[in-house]
Amino acid sequence: MSLCVQKLSFSYGEQPVLEDISFSLEKGEFLSVLGPNGVGKSTLFRCILGLLPGYQGSILSDGEDMRRLSGREKSKRIAYIPQINRPAFGYTVLDTVLMGTTRQLSLFAQPQSAQIRQAMDALERVGAAHLTQRDFTHLSGGEQQLVLVARAIAQQADILVMDEPTSALDYGNQLRVLGLVRELASEGYGVLLSTHNPQHALTFASRILALSGGRVAALGKPEEVLTRELVLRLYGVNAVFADTSGGRVLVPLMD
Amino acid sequence: MTERKTSMREKTPVQKTAGTRRAALCLTALSGLLAALFLISFVLGRYDVPLSQVARILVSRLVPLEKTWSPNMEAAVINIRLPRIALACMVGCCLALAGTAYQSVFQNPMAAPDILGASSGACFGAALAILLGFSRGGITGMAFVFSLVTVVLVYIIGARTRGSRVISILLAGVMVSSLFSAGTSFIKLVADPSNELPAITYWLMGSLSGARLSEVGFALIPMTIGAAPLLLLRWRINLLTLGEEEASTLGVNTGALRLTVVLCATFLTAASVAVSGMIGWVGLVIPHLSRKLVGNDCRYLLPASMLMGASFLMLVDDISRNLMTTEIPIGILTAFIGAPFFIYLMTRRGNAL
Repeated sequence: MSLCVQKLSFSYGEQPVLEDISFSLEKGEFLSVLGPNGVGKSTLFRCILGLLPGYQGSILSDGEDMRRLSGREKSKRIAYIPQINRPAFGYTVLDTVLMGTTRQLSLFAQPQSAQIRQAMDALERVGAAHLTQRDFTHLSGGEQQLVLVARAIAQQADILVMDEPTSALDYGNQLRVLGLVRELASEGYGVLLSTHNPQHALTFASRILALSGGRVAALGKPEEVLTRELVLRLYGVNAVFADTSGGRVLVPLMD
Repeated sequence: MTERKTSMREKTPVQKTAGTRRAALCLTALSGLLAALFLISFVLGRYDVPLSQVARILVSRLVPLEKTWSPNMEAAVINIRLPRIALACMVGCCLALAGTAYQSVFQNPMAAPDILGASSGACFGAALAILLGFSRGGITGMAFVFSLVTVVLVYIIGARTRGSRVISILLAGVMVSSLFSAGTSFIKLVADPSNELPAITYWLMGSLSGARLSEVGFALIPMTIGAAPLLLLRWRINLLTLGEEEASTLGVNTGALRLTVVLCATFLTAASVAVSGMIGWVGLVIPHLSRKLVGNDCRYLLPASMLMGASFLMLVDDISRNLMTTEIPIGILTAFIGAPFFIYLMTRRGNAL
């Protein structure tokens, strides 16, 4: 299972947002997307998820054009893990995760015990099995994000797309969610994740895609492409790298 | 080791039933309540018919029984009370179901069956029919047709605007609704104040009085057409509450599903309003009560809303026809009961909507 984006361009009306973006994502890879606010990370993700069909270029899944695939077929290949938001109506954690299994069901069918088992397994995988009967809206942000990851696992797609999943989480939960995502990647999922924190990309990702001005600014291994120059170009921040016992860290220089 | 494995395997279904058992219990209790209210409603009325005779008369329609009742009793039960009670049941059931469906589709707990103008369209159609001197059947038909026309209009306008589809449709609903309300006001202005105007006013207040079996039959068809797909799609309707983008990444064809749900809910509303006039609040209060009782999962919420809506409207109609010597239009009563109850629900401590 691989995802291949070729010469992708997208514009909202006259306003170009993405220009000539090309990259690919293989199974087992954790690709982190970096870039300043408004650079088009979310637009890129929405194109990949099939929510914005009016793009130029092509997005291929195992060589097949995503535009030709049905919504159901897309959901079989790519699972989306949104930022936590406040849903209009609260469902139990089990029901929330069960929604991930909907693509397996025919139009009028209800989830059966097979789906419930998958949902329970997914909850166990993310360490949230004890939350099964809780109301999703009553959970903490960190717990909610774990449940949404479980929903994506229950969806049984090979690629996980996460748009800034850590932006609403505290320090500890950010690291726990990213650690879990890295584990999932090592188990064979292809992960595409955008983040505002280059340190996260440095610590967790296997590759980095940096966007600047709607174009690819850098693509490659974090230790090779994430440089002082790139951080300055993306964020306008002077920073230095330091090698510590806990790995490489990025320290911003404030004057 | 084997034993432990089995207990682990069995853990899953047990945990599931803990949540679903409560919902199933609620549905059973609601069914019982509905059946009891249904029978009791036949006893209530100016002409006295004891419960035992009511039961015998109803059963005698299906199996031949020895006649222990007078012809007057049979007339009261079958010709007068049965159509009215059946209609109250059906209208309450459909308005509550439509309200629940609209709330899910628009991810808005404040959505009610008239949110897309189905009611104001029906009122305009009925007022126009009364002005043109149509028969009772003609009035019902016009109300139904105008109700559907209004919602289709709203959907077309909403689909042609830019930006968020859901908000566009809701805004279009507000505008088209007020347009038809203005039309109704204009008809009232030009209507003959000695006979047409009171007829229009009374129709707009909502009433089930003078219900006939033919109306029950008329309403049954669109109500079944509207309710069946909603019940069949009840798991998928849950996913619509996540919003368009999230639902579509989970493999749901959101555009088609939303259109189906809106059309079905509109059919239910149009059929209800056409036979009963404006009966507000049922479609807002009952879904909320049902959510409190069985949760937001449409697999249980939709049946619970239907049962509770039917019971509620039957009860209110019993009050409407028995409280005073002259009948109180049911639409006034549902507002008198519904609005304060809703305020109570909203202001109760620790009870976010």
